[in-house]
Amino acid sequence: MSDLKDQGTAINLLSCAKTFAGGVQALEPLDLEIAGGETVVLLGPSGCGKTTTLRIIAGLEEPDPGGRVMFGDDDVTRLPIEKRKIGMVFQSYALFPNMTVRENIAYGLMVRRMPKPDIDRRVGEMLEMMHIGDLEFRRIDQLSGGQCQRVALARAIAVQPRVLLLDEPLTALDAILRTRLRVEIDQLLRRLGITAVYVTHDQGEAMSLGDRIVVMSRGRVEQIGTPRDIYYKPNNDFVAEFIGTINRLRGIARGDHVEVAGASLPWSANRSGGEVEILFRPENVTISNLKSAHLKGNVVTSFFQGDRTKLILDGLGERQVIIETTDRVEFIAGQEIGFRIDPDSMIILNT
Amino acid sequence: MRRPWLFYSQFAFTIGVCTFLIVPVIMSMMAGITENFFLGIKSGVTLRWVYEVLDLYLDTIYLSLLIAVICLIVTLILGIPTAYVLAKKSGRWARMFEEFLVLPVAIPGLAIALALIVTYGGFRDFRTSWGFILVGHVLYTLPFMVRSVLAVLSSTDFQTLEESAASLGASFWQRFFGIIIPNCRSGILAGSLMVVTLSVGEFNLTWMLHTPLTKTLPVGLADSYASMRLEIGSAYTLVFLIMILPLLIGLQMFGTSKERKPAVPDEDPSEQANQQEIAR
Repeated sequence: MSDLKDQGTAINLLSCAKTFAGGVQALEPLDLEIAGGETVVLLGPSGCGKTTTLRIIAGLEEPDPGGRVMFGDDDVTRLPIEKRKIGMVFQSYALFPNMTVRENIAYGLMVRRMPKPDIDRRVGEMLEMMHIGDLEFRRIDQLSGGQCQRVALARAIAVQPRVLLLDEPLTALDAILRTRLRVEIDQLLRRLGITAVYVTHDQGEAMSLGDRIVVMSRGRVEQIGTPRDIYYKPNNDFVAEFIGTINRLRGIARGDHVEVAGASLPWSANRSGGEVEILFRPENVTISNLKSAHLKGNVVTSFFQGDRTKLILDGLGERQVIIETTDRVEFIAGQEIGFRIDPDSMIILNT
Repeated sequence: MRRPWLFYSQFAFTIGVCTFLIVPVIMSMMAGITENFFLGIKSGVTLRWVYEVLDLYLDTIYLSLLIAVICLIVTLILGIPTAYVLAKKSGRWARMFEEFLVLPVAIPGLAIALALIVTYGGFRDFRTSWGFILVGHVLYTLPFMVRSVLAVLSSTDFQTLEESAASLGASFWQRFFGIIIPNCRSGILAGSLMVVTLSVGEFNLTWMLHTPLTKTLPVGLADSYASMRLEIGSAYTLVFLIMILPLLIGLQMFGTSKERKPAVPDEDPSEQANQQEIAR
């Protein structure tokens, strides 16, 4: 199946904005460069413009005047979807109910008037690749959700698209199947070396699939970066809140330390005055004795999770603080504990 | 368990109403094959009247079928694209157009016929051809076709189906004939049966629009009731029922929405275990 391997077409969006009838701006002007073979995940809550961006790339929406969509060196802005040579996978699968699995996969090849023997060979390859050979002659309403999604992927890849666009392909599946198919999709994208744009609101999916993640909210890009960048160095509190669990505490900068909840935290910036916000993730703390602790709190609840224990603390400002520890100690509700925050993973934002 | 008296009284009432409605139909059909209606069935059973009807009114039967078939073709060509566009557009104008389309059903047939005569009656060749009746029938039956296709389209996510076909490289016409039409087959079928049934049985409009040379079956029926022996009229009814019953039965079969099969469970247990491993 070496012919599946592709160098991948680069995608370039140049100031693509989208205003829908009625004046609602779904997408602020967006510049996005996606390298050939790269998997980019558009991540954000509903209404953030991620699907609109995908539909602009697909050719299902036209960007506002001035916006341009480039596939490699081709300007495809004016091309309708059927001429863009893309593959698209939909959340609802959108398999054709009037056709069998085989006919669904063959459809794209058929409308391109590929010779019959070539279609048969290609469909055979796809059935084998997606492990759905035994479903070949099933009707669509005889498939489970996971099987549907495999057929949808096979159908999209069969036409050897320049880019593969996936619109929340796993959202309609149950949790276990989602994780499993996520692994399969990841392997598939690596193997094909195809440029892929993947839309999701699930940060776990985004982190494990994306070479880069574009975090969006309210039609704006909040941050573009590798999953590590996004997780460890969020640009702003929206990104920090959206990706993983994060704690936020208010404090006041006092030279080389920050005053928080009656205690003080070391700070390298050495700047006085002004309110700041300290952000840290639950896993970046270590429980310590009360004397050497950065902060102290009272245990509200503890959840034993096997490899670690999750603690919910109060007494550190208005919001409860969530921390995680791998210590094999039992914590009791009401107990006062102290912890230190790993200074490298602490994020301090000015407010 | 003993059924309450209410059940029996309701049952009796239902049977009573059904009998009241069906008995005249049976009587009429019987009359059509009775030697002499006034003497009753004991005078003998005969197909004489049926042959006489075929002899006298065969052309009306042909014309009715011809108009029904052409009316069906026209409503298919006009109705499916109309339903498609109406399903795609969600604006106020689309909804208004939809209401507008149903007007011919709400307005008495006589009034529509009169309007057609007033407007187009001057074109003599057109006025005296069966095409004039066809126009009336199309006007009257088109909303039924549009409605039933629209109902199927609205119940499926055809826009996404179309988008996915387009993403695979299908042009508009390939999508329309390969995806849209096959997937609203049940609506098209229900609409078609409705159109044919209505066209064959239409009287109000047709009676106004017909000329002595362009009589359809129901018009001929009225004519035979007025001027022939009762047995001939009854035999005519019999012929009409034989023609229309298969259509009505078909309508019942295809018109009622098919029940969906229960969803297939997601993969087998051995795979599930496998998945759990990966999930960790």
